[in-house]
Amino acid sequence: MIEVKNITKIYKSGNVETKALKDISFSISNGEFVAIIGPSGSGKSTLMHILGCLDAPTNGQYFFEGKDVSRLSDDELADIRKKKIGFVFQSFNLLPRATVLRNTVLPLAYANISKSERVEIAKKSLLSVGLDEKLFYHLSNQLSGGEVQRVAIARALVNNPTIILADEPTGNLDTKTGEIVLETFQTLNKQGRTVVLITHEKYIAEHARRTISLKDGEIIEDIVNHR
Amino acid sequence: MLITDLFEEAYLAIWANKIRSGLTILGIVIGIGSVIAMISIGQGATGSIETSIQSMGSNLITVMPGFQRTFSPVATGRGAAQTLAIEDAEAIAKEVPFVQAVAPELSRRYQVVAKGKNTNTQVVGTVASYPNVKNLEIEQGSFISEQNVRSQSKVAVLGPTTRNDLFGEGIIPIGETIRINGINFKVIGVTKSKGGTGFGSQDDMIFIPITTAQKFLAGADYVSTISVQAESSQLMAQVQTGITNLLLQRHNIANPEMADFSVLNQQDILGAVSSITNTMTILLAAIAGISLIVGGIGIMNMMMTTVTERTREIGLRKAIGAKRLDISLQFLAEAVMLTFLGGAAGIILGSGLAYGITFFTGMATKISSFSIILAFSVSAGIGIGFGYWPAQKAAKLNPIEALRYE
Repeated sequence: MIEVKNITKIYKSGNVETKALKDISFSISNGEFVAIIGPSGSGKSTLMHILGCLDAPTNGQYFFEGKDVSRLSDDELADIRKKKIGFVFQSFNLLPRATVLRNTVLPLAYANISKSERVEIAKKSLLSVGLDEKLFYHLSNQLSGGEVQRVAIARALVNNPTIILADEPTGNLDTKTGEIVLETFQTLNKQGRTVVLITHEKYIAEHARRTISLKDGEIIEDIVNHR
Repeated sequence: MLITDLFEEAYLAIWANKIRSGLTILGIVIGIGSVIAMISIGQGATGSIETSIQSMGSNLITVMPGFQRTFSPVATGRGAAQTLAIEDAEAIAKEVPFVQAVAPELSRRYQVVAKGKNTNTQVVGTVASYPNVKNLEIEQGSFISEQNVRSQSKVAVLGPTTRNDLFGEGIIPIGETIRINGINFKVIGVTKSKGGTGFGSQDDMIFIPITTAQKFLAGADYVSTISVQAESSQLMAQVQTGITNLLLQRHNIANPEMADFSVLNQQDILGAVSSITNTMTILLAAIAGISLIVGGIGIMNMMMTTVTERTREIGLRKAIGAKRLDISLQFLAEAVMLTFLGGAAGIILGSGLAYGITFFTGMATKISSFSIILAFSVSAGIGIGFGYWPAQKAAKLNPIEALRYE
């Protein structure tokens, strides 16, 4: 359902060209749990931006549900992000001074869903990531790190996305809460969600069922994890 | 995004920075408030000057003496000539078409005494048609009659202020005697108050027959002005020309530029005064408008800061599907809401100021719906104008860089 074909990404700054991705091809089918692993500078963030329709590749094609999205305009990409992609960030990126519920309904506001319906969907989503109902009306900056990241996951889920992209979701969490977040992803995957996890830690990548290793903009390994 | 969402977001963002938003709004409040106050002062002044000119009589044309032309090269100054006579007034009434009424006047200030009290006031010698020409009404007794004028009667009609000064308020002085310049006059009436104070108030006057004034007070047979009422405002210009031609002919003057009189049209005076007060209003509003522009720059400054501060938030919003338009509308809504709040408070402040000015100084002010509509559209315009650039800056942010922004 998503497929990248010979993708290259070149950054230019002045006269210097940096090849962040060199001719990468792979595909991810529905229901997979894939970890993309690599040291910093390996191109994994660039790859995530392209997979998340935040950036377009310099060369090559990106098929999202069979449709080539590599040459779409900014607003067309925004539409795909709105309807099909859920993001989870390392730094959570919740709106401070806004309640948990308000943060969670935000993507639905951009999708023009009615207000009453929004709240219902958001509450369901928050419960599905195991967040206590008592916290729904707390401000997001009053929550612990693990709770914040689960709110962010709930926010990523409200649009019923085709794919969830998590960029170092445990990077700002301690090992124990990190584990809880990773378990949340595993539960979601068991429910049939497609999850792509970007990380530089091997033990985190092992939570996924498949690992794609990047180095210097190239895939060096694409294996199925056995647990 | 729904419009209600936009305004909810804007409200929350403004509320989140109460002090900063408040100070920014204050700039707009002061700007709009001073524009409203200034326009209301200007329009109030225009209104009160116009009504006081109109209260002097409707469709009024005034003939005044000009320079006294003598054989010496020394001019005596406008108004000093003693060339207008009662016969001129009679001729105007008879020969110029579309004239409703004519009232010649001879006025001068005299010391007036009654029962030990005395005052110094304007004594107007005039004829029976004067009240019609000058929109004057009689409160008690009667005005000077034609018979009084013919027989040079020593009778006087008092203005209400003069009555108060000489006899006291609420007293009916009919039949009493007053002394003007040492000559006894019998009071036969009191005029109704027309309001207005200070120089030229028709409330502080004494009216006597013009013939009496000429014979016993001035000792000369000239008149100081002739007031002419035209039949309608459309005929003013025609009557004015008629009077000019007639008087030139009567005074044997061939060159109109050498005329020893001048004919003033009330409409011309009104127009001149209105144009002065309108210019004043515009000037005042323009000065106040400068503070509005400064307020607008304050809005822009705050929006720029907000956009920079919330770069990550903008990145996130874009990542979850906000389009450029969504982002720019959000920040525009915020700017417009700031200026609208400021505009509303400014209208209240400006109206309060105008009311306070009227209350404490007695100066007339007028808050027109025009100035309120103007203030509202200007404040909305400032919000859009000064918010546009920051909103565009936000909308154009690259989501990846915005998300990484520290």
